[in-house]
Amino acid sequence: MPTPITMPKLGESIVEGTVARWIKTEGDAVQEYEPILEVDSDKVVAEVPSPAAGTLLRILAREGQSVPTGSVIGWVGAPGEAVPGDETGEPAGAKPPAPAQAVRAGRDRELGFISPVVARMAAEYNLDLRLVKGSGEGGRITKKDVQAYLDAQKTNGGPQPWELPADGDLFRPRELDSAAPKPPEPPTLDDPAQDRLLPLDPMRRAIAEHMAMSMRTAPHVTTVMEADLTRVTEHRRANLEVFARDGAHLTYTAYVVAAVAAGLKAFPLVNSSWSDAGILLHRRMHIGLAVSLEEQGLVVPVIRDADGLSLLGIARAVNDLAARARTRRLRADEASGGTFTITNHGVGGSLFATPVINQPQCGILGVGAIQKRVVVIDDMLAVRPMVYLSFTFDHRVVDGYTADGFLRTVVKALEGW
Amino acid sequence: MMELTTDLKREMFWTMLLARRLDERAWLLHRQGKIAFHISGIGHEAAQVGAVFALRRGFDWVVPYYRDLALLLGLGYTPRDFMLALMGKRGERTSGARQMPSHWSFKAMNVVSHSSPVATQALHAAGIGLAIKRRGEERIVFTSTGEGSTSEGEWYEAVNWAAVHRLPVVFNVQNNQYAISEPASRQMAVSGAAERACGMGLKGVSVDGMDAPACHRAFLEVFDHVRSGAGPAVIETCVYRITPHSSDDDDRSYRSREEVEHYKQNDCLPRAEKALGLEPELVEELERKAKAMVDDAVAFALSAPDPDGPEAAYPVYAEDVRDA
Amino acid sequence: MPEMTLIEAVRQALDEELARDERVLVIGEDVGRRGGVFRATQGLLEKYGEERVIDSPLAEASIVGVGVGAALYGMRPVCEIQFADFIHMAFNQVVNEAARMCYRSNGEWTLPMVIRAPYGGGIGGGIYHSQSVEAFYAHVPGLKVVIPSNPKDAKGLLKAAIRDPNPVMFFEPKKGYRLIRGEVPEGDYSVPIGPAHVSREGTDLSVFAYGMMHHYALQAAAQAGAEGISVEVVDLRTLLPVDRQSILASVRKTGKALIVHEDNLTGGYGAEVAAILAEEAFGDLDAPVMRLCAPDVPGIPFSHAMQEWVMPNPQKILGAIRRLARF
Repeated sequence: MPTPITMPKLGESIVEGTVARWIKTEGDAVQEYEPILEVDSDKVVAEVPSPAAGTLLRILAREGQSVPTGSVIGWVGAPGEAVPGDETGEPAGAKPPAPAQAVRAGRDRELGFISPVVARMAAEYNLDLRLVKGSGEGGRITKKDVQAYLDAQKTNGGPQPWELPADGDLFRPRELDSAAPKPPEPPTLDDPAQDRLLPLDPMRRAIAEHMAMSMRTAPHVTTVMEADLTRVTEHRRANLEVFARDGAHLTYTAYVVAAVAAGLKAFPLVNSSWSDAGILLHRRMHIGLAVSLEEQGLVVPVIRDADGLSLLGIARAVNDLAARARTRRLRADEASGGTFTITNHGVGGSLFATPVINQPQCGILGVGAIQKRVVVIDDMLAVRPMVYLSFTFDHRVVDGYTADGFLRTVVKALEGW
Repeated sequence: MMELTTDLKREMFWTMLLARRLDERAWLLHRQGKIAFHISGIGHEAAQVGAVFALRRGFDWVVPYYRDLALLLGLGYTPRDFMLALMGKRGERTSGARQMPSHWSFKAMNVVSHSSPVATQALHAAGIGLAIKRRGEERIVFTSTGEGSTSEGEWYEAVNWAAVHRLPVVFNVQNNQYAISEPASRQMAVSGAAERACGMGLKGVSVDGMDAPACHRAFLEVFDHVRSGAGPAVIETCVYRITPHSSDDDDRSYRSREEVEHYKQNDCLPRAEKALGLEPELVEELERKAKAMVDDAVAFALSAPDPDGPEAAYPVYAEDVRDA
Repeated sequence: MPEMTLIEAVRQALDEELARDERVLVIGEDVGRRGGVFRATQGLLEKYGEERVIDSPLAEASIVGVGVGAALYGMRPVCEIQFADFIHMAFNQVVNEAARMCYRSNGEWTLPMVIRAPYGGGIGGGIYHSQSVEAFYAHVPGLKVVIPSNPKDAKGLLKAAIRDPNPVMFFEPKKGYRLIRGEVPEGDYSVPIGPAHVSREGTDLSVFAYGMMHHYALQAAAQAGAEGISVEVVDLRTLLPVDRQSILASVRKTGKALIVHEDNLTGGYGAEVAAILAEEAFGDLDAPVMRLCAPDVPGIPFSHAMQEWVMPNPQKILGAIRRLARF
């Protein structure tokens, strides 16, 4: 009896995953727990270990294909073993590509409305509907679109021009060709000179949905304060090497995380979530760090129990999570469950910002670029490394009094390092 | 007036008796829980045998209604047929157990199928009369209803049609005084159904429906009239419905026991025995024979199988009709 | 082939069947001396006599009920109800008696009869001379329900109906009586009851219609064709028994269905077609099944403006075609 490979649930709230890459191909021998494919959720890419030793008999979900978690995406078993759903016991690989995951009729998150016939044809011809351009209402893929796509596929694989008979005129006057000039084609979305439609990858879509949801959900208020990082800078310079010996690169972010932990300790209300039943105070402090993946988007790995970590511990966690986030090697649960978030918008030169809350948290702290500025201290001018801290909070949960108290505590923690 | 032969007298009485004993057994079977429904013809037997033995049976056409058990027995319907119908068993001859009991159909004897809503079949009688007239045949059509049916528009339309087109149709109204609970006075402002005919231009006759020889004479006369091409007629046979309307009715709520008892004294069956001058020994013998036939019919029907459920799919259209 | 109007085709069918089979009778109000208020029976009384072309009393139930009786006796009556609006008085005779006769007698009695009635609006007939009643009867097992849309079918289907051993409801689109002309084959022919007819082939969407609406659907389809929309038009012709195969075959090809009738929407015949498609062609549908019908009002008003608002017409059908094509 072959063993199914199922789409793992890569985190609490995750309902579907995308096959990023099959590491093995059909017919390959695999060991139990040997990585067999990579799966992409909207947060992370994870390797899926083989559920059994044997041969990868069948791949059911193509690379790039999204399926609900729990779906069977392939089978591992003895070589030549029959796979449920196959009529014959032919060895794996002898079969045409397995049927694409059935697109069901109805509203599809990615593709819009899928009519019953389109769903059926997609299944019948094993089509990736994302490759079919929709011409129906609202860009819906119509039966004709699918038919045209299939016809085009056929044409592409069909007879070459030299195999086709001409119209019979051996010496065709050129005038005939120029006599009826073709009207210019109206511009279409396919025209590279015109606008181009970028398909949405799961991450882009998840970010979009989450951000829009957050702005709809919580009344955002942003408050900004300035912190003098003279002592942090000195401390950092003095300890860089020490930390490096312990295998940690000491970043400013580590200080901010520590300062935020102090702020949250002083103002527990900020470490909370709004719910209609009441404000849910989180006992533990899981601080998320927004890590940019440049054009590909961003992820927010979470430092668990940040309040219990030393600066070294924080620094290590920051290094590790950021590095793996950039290479998309986070485990799913490392990118979820945060109770507060820090976003380092300063890396791009931004001074202050109005960050959007990472729901269902209460606040997010934006850290601007550290700049030497002239400041007045004891009525004297001084040059100090300064940073703006932009704190966005859910005004349903806290008011300016609490928010500013929290932010002041963070500032004091940094300035008094 | 034609004299009744001894054979005919005996045949009329036998038919009345058999109808009565079958009908009574039906009530017993219902109270035993062996059948679901019965609609009675007790009290109507004299009128019905008067009609059926005046018809040219198998030549004339009959469009009956649900109390016509004696009429149907006179046309060859059998006790076994009746019991199969009461129990809805396989082989039921009028509808293959599709209709409730006492919804007749007997094509071999020109008896047409009818439905439960009353008076609707009167129009069919007119249509048959139209066809007979078109063919120039000597047949007549006999159709029966209760007096309640004469309130229906379709009864008027039928009588009017027949009158306008001078069709050979006899409209028999078996006036048993009640339409379920409503007395005849709630159905008509005139004294009887025969009077209804007056304003519509056809012959109207009323006769004591509990006097078998009198009914026979009256029907013979009316049938001759209609057969002669003189146009249709209404003939009212005045009877009394001794039983409740049907096995599900309770007549104590709308009429007194005294009234019912009074009419039982005038029951058409003992009256017929006397009027037809039958020997007591003969009556006793007929009673024994009737009981034996009824017993046989009940046993036969009880042991008969139910129809197959999927038989219900047929025959919706003429194309579906299969030889049984 | 000679060209004639729809009403002339009806008259010819009656004439030829009366001549062919002495069992055929015509029964109805004003069918004799007047030759029918729409002239469908003109000249028949003179030719076949008043015993076969029968002026009935003004009582619709009796026209059908007497027809039932005549059919029981072996005649082949053709009963005319002057307007479909008046057939309700005969509903009991049609539904309780004619339709159920074969079943209730276990096949002992069958009724070869036809009930003809002009139906439909657009002729300024108001609430009681414009009704469409087909849905009532298409719901009744034991009946056949036929609606021709052109002279050739009218003649061929009426002949088939008269020869059919069952009660056949034959509804004629009265607006088309003189408006719809067409060629009619010479000689005796009949058009079978049952099969629908693809009157225009197309690939983008299917329009199902019958009677006058089929005529309009063809006009709308021609215009849509000029706009680049390839419309298949199916003339249902027989509503009962329904031709599932033709309906399914067309939608399996086009993926889209529009049903047009001038009867009002709710519980109309379109609902049955839509249900068939939902049940048996779900995997072929590329769009929701669409119905274009009269709104759910009790009748077509006498006022011309209100009548036009209620009735579907080629423009409205074209609009629906465009919407469905765009989906």
